[in-house]
Amino acid sequence: MKQKFNIITSTCVPLPMENVDTDQIIPARFLKATTREEKFFGENLFCDLRYNADGTPNPDFVLNKPEYSGCILVAGKNFGSGSSREHAAWAIAGYGFRVVISSFFADIHKNNELNNFVLPVTVSEDFLAELFGSINENPKTEVCVNLPEQTVTNLATGRSEHFPINGFKKHCLMNGLDDIDFLIESLATHPIPRP
Amino acid sequence: MPKTLFDKIWDSHVVQEIPDGPTQLYIDRLYCHEVTTPQAFDEMRARGLKCLRPKQIFAMPDHNVQTTAAAPLSAEGAVQVEALRRNCQEFGITLFDIGTKDNGIIHVVGPEKGLSLPGMTIMCGDSHTSTHGAVGALAMGIGTSEVAQVLASQCILQQKPKTMRISIEGQLPKGTTAKDVALYIMAQMTTAGATGYAVEYAGSAIRSMSMEGRLTLSNLTIEMGSRAGLIAPDETTFEYLRGREYAPKGEAWDKAMANWKTLQSDADAVFDKEVSFRAEDIAPRITYGTNPGMGIAVDEQIPEDTDGGMAGALAYMGFRPEQRLLGTPVDYVFLGACTNGRIEDFRAFASVVKGRRKADSVVAWLVPGSWAVRQQIIDEGIDKVLQAAGFELRLPSCSACLAMNDDKVPAGKLCVSTSNRNFKGRQGPGSRTILASPLTAAAAAVTGVITDPRTLL
Repeated sequence: MKQKFNIITSTCVPLPMENVDTDQIIPARFLKATTREEKFFGENLFCDLRYNADGTPNPDFVLNKPEYSGCILVAGKNFGSGSSREHAAWAIAGYGFRVVISSFFADIHKNNELNNFVLPVTVSEDFLAELFGSINENPKTEVCVNLPEQTVTNLATGRSEHFPINGFKKHCLMNGLDDIDFLIESLATHPIPRP
Repeated sequence: MPKTLFDKIWDSHVVQEIPDGPTQLYIDRLYCHEVTTPQAFDEMRARGLKCLRPKQIFAMPDHNVQTTAAAPLSAEGAVQVEALRRNCQEFGITLFDIGTKDNGIIHVVGPEKGLSLPGMTIMCGDSHTSTHGAVGALAMGIGTSEVAQVLASQCILQQKPKTMRISIEGQLPKGTTAKDVALYIMAQMTTAGATGYAVEYAGSAIRSMSMEGRLTLSNLTIEMGSRAGLIAPDETTFEYLRGREYAPKGEAWDKAMANWKTLQSDADAVFDKEVSFRAEDIAPRITYGTNPGMGIAVDEQIPEDTDGGMAGALAYMGFRPEQRLLGTPVDYVFLGACTNGRIEDFRAFASVVKGRRKADSVVAWLVPGSWAVRQQIIDEGIDKVLQAAGFELRLPSCSACLAMNDDKVPAGKLCVSTSNRNFKGRQGPGSRTILASPLTAAAAAVTGVITDPRTLL
């Protein structure tokens, strides 16, 4: 789960749909697990889009198209809206994605990704449209995500953008630390109010 | 400097501001349900941590709970419920267990027991935690890792959101409920329109809303993308909370009231964004698509699909652009959920079905949000009205809102639902959902088709 983040260069899996809610990322029936087993959640990522009703893979869904691979998911705007289920972030991480690029993320899901060492990268609508175009033209298009520099580069066109992330989270991701570590330590120095 | 209601609560809970980072916020109340907490407790065990303030945490199973006495929990549901029981015992947390008078949906039980109070910070691993904002609290849904943060430290790291005030002035027309107000706002602002903001609802239409109505409105704030929907506490709030089981009593109440009365945005407070709507413009609403922002007035037609953006949603729903939905046959009706599972919702539903009969073609699930609501329904004789009209009252649960129990709408069937999400497959794989108020749901239940509730009032 905890891992250190630096520079990632990878091909991408494109999901141009907008408003992909967390029910689509992982339907409610998969919330019955009581563990975080990555394999289970990864196998059921986008389940209802990815598999037909009889359980066979839907050949039209991007995860079933052999030409697309890589650890970067490129998604349409308003990714991760709806339910707060962290299972959605576990499914994304469990599948093997380390970065999600979109022009807009829902708040709760964005935090959930960060807490699971998946980096949400917010880009402009323009950048996103161009990236979908590049991937469409050549599924082997690579993207470089440089966390120290906070840049994302479409290596097909050379176009690069700066992406926002606060210094604290960046430090955590680069050093494989999480918020619980921080909070436990803070109790010693920062008293909390009485009940 | 003048402050908004949000600022007042936020500022009074800051433990520290992390340079170039989030704020460490003190949390007054954490709620836990069985679905989003097992992994948080595992995390605690893995790190050898104890719960810091277990007395400020309350837990109850609600998502997997069956709505008939005969039905056992599903095998996997039982594992989650057992895990919650075990975790509560191990970490010293109060549990409102299934079948006891204390149990129900967290977002119904919290306010009803006086556990959610004005000025509090309230967290739960559930996006509809926004509900509790209606009592004048800062209440937000969080992920499971964040639940573990609160268990371990009674704090959470959060980026401070921007503030937005949504004002609704005027008097709501007959037949228009808080649910319709929320569906109207969403249609105007889209499901991402308030992302990144903490919303405060204001205006005369909000002031004249009952507590139940306010809870419905705050509940649906997350469907506009905002995690928090606050309403300044006033006489309605205080009257609602007075005497509730966990609300302060005697001197403590007076002291609390003195503080609660200061919990409103200062007259000259500046919001990052202001939006206003007129109550008179809001009619009973229904949704036609696969997100809650895709909505119309019940008697309107579905908009044109100028850019083809609605094609997928309409194909799933089996509707077409510019179609009018009045008269469309309905298979299922669901009354309940943390959105509309309160006493007022059952009164409203009963007011329409009284003296009428449930349509034979409709399967209706009427699910109170808590055992206390169920008891009140019986005490007020509403169950008799429902029975006489051919309806049966079920047992409290989240139920068909997300179909984690047996209440699943079959594939292809159309459900008029008082819940909060019409996502593809939300009420069961292939299910089709139309979101509406209890009045509109009742109108569909007795006529068997989408019906303007105003024609039955």
